[in-house]
Amino acid sequence: MPKPASAVAESKISAAGRPLAVDVRDVSLTFETADGKVEALSRVSLQIAEGEFVSFIGPSGCGKTTLLRLIADLEQPTLGMLQVNGVSAGEARLQRAYGYIFQAPALYPWRTIEKNVMLPLEVMGFSALERRERAKRYLALVNLSGFERKFPWQLSGGMQQRASIARALSFDPALLLMDEPFGALDEIVRDHLNEQLLRLWDKTGKTVIFVTHSIPEAVFLSTRIVVMSPRPGRIIDVIECNFPRDRALEVRETSEFVKIAQRVRMGLRSGHSYDE
Amino acid sequence: MTSSALYLPNSAAPRLYSAIVRQAPVIVTVLVLIAIWYVAAVLMNVALVRDAFEREETRYTIGDLIATSLKSERPRLPAPHQILATFTDDVFGHPVTSARSLVYHSWVTLSATVVGFLLGAVAGVILATLTVHLRTLQKSLLPWIICSQMVPILAVAPIVIVVLGAIGIRGLLPKSIISAYLCFFPVAIGMVKGLSSPDPIQRDLMRTWSATPAQVFWKLSWPAATPYLFASLKVAITISLIGAIVGELPTGAQAGIGARLLAGSYYGQTIQIWAALLAASLLAACLVGLVGLTERWVGRRMGGRP
Repeated sequence: MPKPASAVAESKISAAGRPLAVDVRDVSLTFETADGKVEALSRVSLQIAEGEFVSFIGPSGCGKTTLLRLIADLEQPTLGMLQVNGVSAGEARLQRAYGYIFQAPALYPWRTIEKNVMLPLEVMGFSALERRERAKRYLALVNLSGFERKFPWQLSGGMQQRASIARALSFDPALLLMDEPFGALDEIVRDHLNEQLLRLWDKTGKTVIFVTHSIPEAVFLSTRIVVMSPRPGRIIDVIECNFPRDRALEVRETSEFVKIAQRVRMGLRSGHSYDE
Repeated sequence: MTSSALYLPNSAAPRLYSAIVRQAPVIVTVLVLIAIWYVAAVLMNVALVRDAFEREETRYTIGDLIATSLKSERPRLPAPHQILATFTDDVFGHPVTSARSLVYHSWVTLSATVVGFLLGAVAGVILATLTVHLRTLQKSLLPWIICSQMVPILAVAPIVIVVLGAIGIRGLLPKSIISAYLCFFPVAIGMVKGLSSPDPIQRDLMRTWSATPAQVFWKLSWPAATPYLFASLKVAITISLIGAIVGELPTGAQAGIGARLLAGSYYGQTIQIWAALLAASLLAACLVGLVGLTERWVGRRMGGRP
């Protein structure tokens, strides 16, 4: 069947000619709560190509985390079509297509750092040798060598979040879903981790979807910024943002950076009413 | 404690001193309780003693009254030193296999307690696991679990013993079953709470890795529940001792701490009752201590803060 096949293939290629990692079309999600229906997302459409670094930014309640959870198959859409790597989000989850990093490190407190990183590998049935080897490699990648035998409470918040990143990377997913991973950290640690994340993205070519409510963070990290607005949650602007892949923190002083940050701020302001 | 270290810097004395200071509240409480006990013993026994003196028409002083009321053979309330003397004699005065040895009776009760505790703990964990994982059971099973503890065990125990005796099951097992019936409850309730204690993010993580339900149980729910498990095991082990003792009462009680209590009350041997009680409480303390040690050992291996 050549005709439908080509049609499918077409829908999975981005404008830039790269295959689509995430394809969201007309997705709505309504939560039933005690106070009635809440429209968390309303007719959202978004295509993300492989290798992109896309940030979702918006005030709380705009559905940015919900959209990420939909992609991860942690929530199901009420309406619309959602594909990850050309298959449904549920199938993609079963294929272990993505690593998810939550706001909190959520390390299991009864496991050492090394054992925490090995946990997804245990679940996925990697051999003991491979588990140890990968834990070592990815802990080194996030600068946590030497902390293998420590328990989570013995590490600072930033170190714990780095361990959780190592855990998400350990099974080498092509897609990283990050939900305000550095939100709870101070600005110095945050800047440092942003740089490290950027370097990792540059080196590995992974697709990253990054939820944040910090404008500088979004502009600094992303190739594209998706600006969202609440009640109902929707996308109000998508901003291209093409700094060189090996950018440093200094890029934040350039006029181009300021201009993009300005546009993000305008978008956020237009979508948000302050009189509530 | 720094002040004591100042004038005796290089000896063990400051450490001993500080240990005493730290334990002082406990020591004082115990001393006060013993003093109250002696006063109570005199007050409770003095009437009997006076009657005896007057029957024999001997002359007596208040000193005589007090002294005699602290050494009568069947006092209403024996004095601590009498209990201790009988206890020591019961424990060390006879070979451990003899029916007169308290060690023998303690062993009988202990074995029923341990078997009952293990049965009850396993039953409690299984019930909790089922309750947490099967929504229908949550509605149908939990009320029954709670109801089971409203039945007075003193009423149920004879029934269990008689019914099991009628089908030829005697000795240790019926007592263990009564003990298990009592002690599964705190374990079940604690584990229901423990198994549902992991927070949503920890569960979501497992879901993102497409973990199987068995993996979620063994790698998340179970380890998260262990602190709850040990908290309820500590309660369960003392309850299961009580269950074993209660189970020894209706059989006419050939052996066990319960038998000693019963025999003591038949013959008015109050000192023997108190000695048996002392044995029971020592046993309970040891069992709780053992569970506590296991808890600490497991806690250290699971990254608990010192």
